[in-house]
Amino acid sequence: MTFAFLTGQPVAAHRLWPRLVVTEETWSRAADRLGRGALSLLGLWGEADQVHMAVADATDAEAIRVLTLPCPGRRYPSVGQRHAPAIRLERAAADLYGLQPEGLPDTRPWLDHSAPGYAFLPVEGENLHEVPVGPVHAGIIEPGHFRFTADGETVVRLEERFGYAHKGIERLLSGASLDKAARLAGRCSGDSTVAYALAFARAVEAALNWEPPPRAVWLRALMAEMERLANHLGDVGAICNDAAFAIMLANCSVLREAVLREAAVTFGHRLMMDRVVPGGVVADLGAGAGPRIASLAAEIRRRFRPLVGLYEKTASLLDRTVGTGFLRPALAQQFAAGGYVGRASGRSCDARRWPGYAPYLALNFEVPVLPDGDVHGRLWVRVLEIEQSLQLISQIVVLMPQGDIRSDQPPPIAVAEGMALVEGFRGDILVWLRIEADGRIGRCHLRDPSWFQWPLLEAAIEGNIIADFPLCNKSFNCSYSGVDL
Amino acid sequence: MRRTLFDSLIHRPFTERLTLAEDPELARMAASLDAGARRRLGRSLAIRTVDAGSCNGCELELNALSNPFYDLERFGLRIVASPRHADVLVVTGPVTRNMAAALLRTYEAMPAPKWVVATGDCAVCGGVFAESGACLGGAAAVVPVDLHIPGCPPTPTQMLAGLIALMGP
Repeated sequence: MTFAFLTGQPVAAHRLWPRLVVTEETWSRAADRLGRGALSLLGLWGEADQVHMAVADATDAEAIRVLTLPCPGRRYPSVGQRHAPAIRLERAAADLYGLQPEGLPDTRPWLDHSAPGYAFLPVEGENLHEVPVGPVHAGIIEPGHFRFTADGETVVRLEERFGYAHKGIERLLSGASLDKAARLAGRCSGDSTVAYALAFARAVEAALNWEPPPRAVWLRALMAEMERLANHLGDVGAICNDAAFAIMLANCSVLREAVLREAAVTFGHRLMMDRVVPGGVVADLGAGAGPRIASLAAEIRRRFRPLVGLYEKTASLLDRTVGTGFLRPALAQQFAAGGYVGRASGRSCDARRWPGYAPYLALNFEVPVLPDGDVHGRLWVRVLEIEQSLQLISQIVVLMPQGDIRSDQPPPIAVAEGMALVEGFRGDILVWLRIEADGRIGRCHLRDPSWFQWPLLEAAIEGNIIADFPLCNKSFNCSYSGVDL
Repeated sequence: MRRTLFDSLIHRPFTERLTLAEDPELARMAASLDAGARRRLGRSLAIRTVDAGSCNGCELELNALSNPFYDLERFGLRIVASPRHADVLVVTGPVTRNMAAALLRTYEAMPAPKWVVATGDCAVCGGVFAESGACLGGAAAVVPVDLHIPGCPPTPTQMLAGLIALMGP
């Protein structure tokens, strides 16, 4: 229905969703629909002489399309001028591929820092002062620059500037073998290494019609849930620590460490890097691992509950989290924000459910959605998701089928393209790729969930005091490396 | 709150005895450091970290050093907020072009004597990003490196082993 107007030349080799080569008119019409909220933007990326965008109608699982606009003149009508979430993606595509978005309101470079100086947006008014922070921060965090404009203590504007962690990942991916590309994809954002490797593997498998063995599919889900669990445990502790409540950090980090150590014993790597590969996984459960992981899940549930009680009963802590950093549901919807950022602002989304992938359709779990929109809401979504991941882990180790963990690669015959959406701990990760006839990557784009969350932090911090920024920032916990590529 | 605090009184500490494997390479690098400067600092080092474009995997493990299992501070090592307070600069990441200036300025802001520890494969040699035109291929491209801690990422135990070696026997 929504897509009736989207007509174009379908590309045969693209799976699982159709890719259409469209005219400039259709492209602009799609941008218009994005702007009016009839569609959501999943990603926008460039190539030498064409630009692609993935759009979705979140009411229908079949309704994902990749639209391609050939632009031999290296110019295309900007989507960002009608739909703000595309602005940074278009600025990045301009830096990486020299594609000029015509009509884009903000044409400053984004990932390319080679030009001297950077014009931050002007702020006008009396009694305002600026506070520049970063790229080197006081804590152990990633590099990024935050430019605050404050009236007294109150933030009236925050402008982010990123690109400091730009490693040229997509350039390295072009021409890489599948093995090497999988390792690179797993290092786009280290905290989500399993989710990235899984998204990459699923995109490769979609392109090549490559079926991983059933046991591998379940092992992947086990690793993905352990990763989600470890990250959420770390975040809950770290958010409380940014409100100077260190006891939560100490206790949560003990539980996080328990998960990482189990990952090291079972899968051979604390963060489970390079364990998920195209065609399956490279590590299986050893003797006794299943029951051991199930009892670890039970133990974490037992020890996490009193910590949640401690959080709920500490009024001085709640005073910092409740009502702080409020993100309007309409903004979360407009930006199609995934993960706890979207779900804490009333947006019902989870790539495990929609568009969905195996083995989650065979598993029981709930996707918590809250209307709160504040730091407390984002923390509470994590608390609820920790319980869901624990339940998923218990189900997976019982239901997991026996069998092989990796299947052989079908011989490449021609150029093939694939796309996948995978739910990482901070939201949906999109991977789109083209595999050339020689079996190497032609072009691969990795879209971190943070692309659609970082801009919302600028909005959520407005009217809060600067001292609450670490709290707000940690409650978002966006990836720097993931968006800097 | 009382309950949680009470539990921690009756529970054995999580902190583990650290048993370090002998690493000749580490010993060789540590021995080459200036013993005189080391004496002046005593058995305490203040550490400043700079992420020069890592994937954040190394940061996760650096943060783990402060958890109750590893408890970095019992060894006289602590993470400080400013380079002005630091003896040791821990660098992670392949050093992107966009972070080179910030890394150099952080190093220059540190008072001498000072040491640089390249932590993780990326900071050691560029890691999987070594061939990228957007990266300079490791910490040594910008600052003089005294100690390498390889690994992708190195485990907290490997990081501790390296940092303790820096303080000498």
